[in-house]
Amino acid sequence: MTSSFGASGVLEVRGVKKIYATLTALGGVDLTVTERSFHGLIGPNGSGKSTLLKCIAGAETPTGGTIAFLGRDIIRTTPAGRARAGMSLKFQITSILPMLSVYDNVLLAVQAQDPMTALFLSRTRETLHPRIMDILVQFRLDARPDELAGALSHGQQQWLEIAMAMAREPKLLLLDEPTAGMSAQERRATGDLLAPIRERCSLLIVEHDLDFIRDICDTLTVLDQGLVVDSGPTQIVQNSEKVKEAYFHA
Amino acid sequence: MTLATAPSSKRRMIPYVEGVLLVLFLFLPLAVDDFWILFATRVFILGLLALSFDLVWGYAGILSFGQALFFGVAGYCCALLATKAGITSILLLLPVAALAGLVVSLMLAFLVILGKRVPTSVFIALGTLTGSYVVERLARGWSYVGGQNGIPSLPRLTVFGHEIAEGPVFYYVALAILTFTYLGLRWLTRSQFGLVLAGIREQETRIAFFGYHVQNYKGVVFAIAGLVAGLSGGLYAFHEGYVGPGQLGPVLSTQVVLYVLFGGVGTLIGGVIGVSMIDLFSYHLSQQWETGWPIVLGLLLLVVVMFKPTGLIGFLVTARERVGSFGRRTSKSNDPEKPVPAATEVP
Repeated sequence: MTSSFGASGVLEVRGVKKIYATLTALGGVDLTVTERSFHGLIGPNGSGKSTLLKCIAGAETPTGGTIAFLGRDIIRTTPAGRARAGMSLKFQITSILPMLSVYDNVLLAVQAQDPMTALFLSRTRETLHPRIMDILVQFRLDARPDELAGALSHGQQQWLEIAMAMAREPKLLLLDEPTAGMSAQERRATGDLLAPIRERCSLLIVEHDLDFIRDICDTLTVLDQGLVVDSGPTQIVQNSEKVKEAYFHA
Repeated sequence: MTLATAPSSKRRMIPYVEGVLLVLFLFLPLAVDDFWILFATRVFILGLLALSFDLVWGYAGILSFGQALFFGVAGYCCALLATKAGITSILLLLPVAALAGLVVSLMLAFLVILGKRVPTSVFIALGTLTGSYVVERLARGWSYVGGQNGIPSLPRLTVFGHEIAEGPVFYYVALAILTFTYLGLRWLTRSQFGLVLAGIREQETRIAFFGYHVQNYKGVVFAIAGLVAGLSGGLYAFHEGYVGPGQLGPVLSTQVVLYVLFGGVGTLIGGVIGVSMIDLFSYHLSQQWETGWPIVLGLLLLVVVMFKPTGLIGFLVTARERVGSFGRRTSKSNDPEKPVPAATEVP
């Protein structure tokens, strides 16, 4: 199924397939993420959401199909190349660096755009410092920046990883279950943290919490068994009979 | 909910250990005889080799069994220049040794690190081990470099026509080179570049998703470590007056791994401590038990590796201090360790 609402697509996924031996994880998925939109990707367990996100970020190589980011085919681009082009990923399993301080986790993300020679001479740390502290304040991690990241609570580790993904000022942010394992209070706070980034980038988010998705996403794609069941504005898709049937088994 | 506020020790022990060792080494020749001066000089030179391994393994997570290759090739290059071309100036030979280590490590990096596919840790370990083994076998069978016998009776190093004799002079030359190399590597590992290495060591995949060319960073640090190992190999050849195939092979490559594991990985100073302690134990054990001492040493190493994976330095240094922080701090306001009055509350 082809999306029909992508006027200015930041991300254009066309016919993406991913087959593992005899298992078809993605059977030809189309998806468009438009500029500054929050796009939700939902579906039952095993529907291929995370696989699709990994294909987009470069963690998995699709078996077929095309992926264009900002108008450029990125199917053969490495994850590092995609990141430099402006794509940023938060993994499903929290993937911070627990043995580094909270501050250094963010510094590592922010300085990624600097050349190696500047990093040799530690030239950019001073100029990056205000930005790092701003990010830490924004994500409520400023109380103890020198704390080892592994000592943070689960929810704070999730925020730290979102902060690291955002620190790179991406044009497209990919979030894989950012509220997994969070309390209701933390989920609400996460929604508040994500709301302001709409001004700066587009968001593609995989999430099981439908209330959370409804609150923050303006468009929605529903996957089931590796295929798109429906895609469109959140208000319309969530009431679609096809979606209710596939997703809620209603 | 508040941020985790587990107390972290602010007292740094590594600078104290460094200071004590430096003062001890500076005044040691005043208190000991020639044997111990030669012994300590060898420790400094092998300490350089340990630093090179700690840089790649302790800081970048690259398990290299090839450090002896860079060490030995540099030694052979210097020995050939000294015996065939009559060059003995330390001002020429040390740069040659460093360059030889750098070039060989870059060549090996192109084969095992900088390929099209991201290499696994096991691939790098086996690749470097194979490189070390192959070149050792090559040296054993190549008569131009002395075959099994190596190149003996090397002339002494000179500086402006003056010989650098083994003893106090060589001792202080080796100590100076070790100290400057140590400071250089400490600066490097505490820089923003060092932060990338720490990231690669912790989660290589994550770092690639930030946009870093992980293999390039690994290649660069591998080459720098090769340079340091080469420096060590050049000095060692002239201190011992001999180079042989054993200085190229897996035995020495494995020995340097043990030095660093015993002293403490990822601290730099741990490698120097490891060399000192293992060589001291080896000497004393061999005096006590002429044939069976390697068994006792092996058991001792096994106990430390199994029950104190942070090595001897782990008795003094906390995990937080080992991690450290990265990049230059130019003002107090830029210090993330500056306490913040209260933890932020989630609404």
